[in-house]
Amino acid sequence: MVEHTVAATNAIVTLDVPIPQVIWGWMITLNMWAKSIGTGVVLVGAYLLARHGREVGESVKIWMPIISFIFLNIFLLFTLLDLHQPLRMWHIFVYPHWSSAITVGAWMATLFTAIIFVMMLIALRKFVLAHEDRVPRFCRKLAQMEFLNDELYDKLLKVAVVLALPVTMYTATIMGEATARELWQTPTELVQMLLAAILTGSAVYLIIGQKWSYEVKRDLAIMLGVSAFLSFVIYMGEYYFGHMKAEEVAAILSYVKEGPYAAMFWAGQWIAFIIPMALVYFSLRSRSASLLFLAGVLAIVGLYITKHVWLIIPQLLPLS
Amino acid sequence: MKLGFLVDLNLCMGCKGCEVACKVENQVPLYSWRLRVKYVDVGVYPETKRTYTPLRCNHCEDAPCERICPVSALHYLENGIVNIDKERCIGCAGCMMACPYGAIYMDPVTNTADKCTYCAHRVASSMMPACVVACPVEANIFGDLDDPTSHISQYIMRHQKDGGVRVRKPEKNTHPKHFYVGGGEVHLNPLASKREEGYNLFNKITHLDHIGGH
Repeated sequence: MVEHTVAATNAIVTLDVPIPQVIWGWMITLNMWAKSIGTGVVLVGAYLLARHGREVGESVKIWMPIISFIFLNIFLLFTLLDLHQPLRMWHIFVYPHWSSAITVGAWMATLFTAIIFVMMLIALRKFVLAHEDRVPRFCRKLAQMEFLNDELYDKLLKVAVVLALPVTMYTATIMGEATARELWQTPTELVQMLLAAILTGSAVYLIIGQKWSYEVKRDLAIMLGVSAFLSFVIYMGEYYFGHMKAEEVAAILSYVKEGPYAAMFWAGQWIAFIIPMALVYFSLRSRSASLLFLAGVLAIVGLYITKHVWLIIPQLLPLS
Repeated sequence: MKLGFLVDLNLCMGCKGCEVACKVENQVPLYSWRLRVKYVDVGVYPETKRTYTPLRCNHCEDAPCERICPVSALHYLENGIVNIDKERCIGCAGCMMACPYGAIYMDPVTNTADKCTYCAHRVASSMMPACVVACPVEANIFGDLDDPTSHISQYIMRHQKDGGVRVRKPEKNTHPKHFYVGGGEVHLNPLASKREEGYNLFNKITHLDHIGGH
């Protein structure tokens, strides 16, 4: 019997029921990751329009809402699929409970997606107008909707930028409301969510903006490098100092220190932050943008791994 | 009225009568428990001691599950019970993520969250919860905490002097309305005991692979 092998001061569970472990799994990781991209392209896109609008304005105005809409729908789809009663999703709109960050987030994300959808229609209309002879007939109806114009786009963009901030950060408040998971502290997670959006937003534009000038890419590279650095510093702060404040946090961090998620944690840190930071550094030193495509891809892939580890490890701890 | 629960761990003998009574009364599906009795062994043979701890929803005054529920499926009754409306629940599992006591499960039949309600349906008919009735040693004490003459209030007062009344994880600021007398760290703190996967006393202690019927 196992109790023969433990010291007198130790205790061991000898009879219990099976308890749940991972409750929120890869679908929630995908949710957070896709939301970071969906909001990040808007935040970074707004910066590009303000700073380099003359050079990249046309391109950003078309691709920003399209990419954002795609990833926001991935985020919404997997949020829905993760529900055990997805057909009751409408309850959140008819029985809203405003103390819940899930409710507030769902409302804001829905509004944000609706705004991005209209902006995408405006972008598509511009494309249809430019290529009217080459698009199918049903698309030409879009060209007739004259209210979908640049003026409306600019107004919606301002609202979208303001909304993108809480939409990207609200998951941190859900994590904060998850009282059982001591590792997630709202202030830290709020910053991490914002940094994730800037990281992925700049990474997306580094990938799609291959033909843009070095000056634009340099700005994007600095955003990517700085957000990766800050995010990495916060994770390292948690990693090295987290165990000093609470027994629960120490137990959770042991899963990434010597436990089953150690390799995955470090893989995420290297792929999302350390290697992209190095690539940005070498790129800026040599005034060459060729490495930045790779930095962008790695940051996006690595962020998924990083988010996944941070989502899973607090759930491995028995609560009772 | 504020209903509360107290378990005198000095009396509990781990018979699991409460666990079975709860299962039957509430028709709790397989692989789900509203109430369970955990055995923890301390020491090295032959100097060993076995502890028994009944674990159920704490019906917290500041319940994280109620706060995080996006559709108010988890809600307070006037008597302080944290109840659940299974027809309204969307199955987001936010409550399972929030509850520091692991007291909420996803019902694999209805695909909605569920938990101990202190047998709210029985209480509404002026009956005691099923687990209280089933306990052969009266270790489960249930009653009105607002009434200083109630059995539970008297019991708490009687054991208060020696600091013997405890709640689980007070640092979580949830203000549980479920108390324990005679419990130590091993009883109440899950981190005070090792939980190893594999065969132990009678069964294989493990984790559920699936949450509900998802």
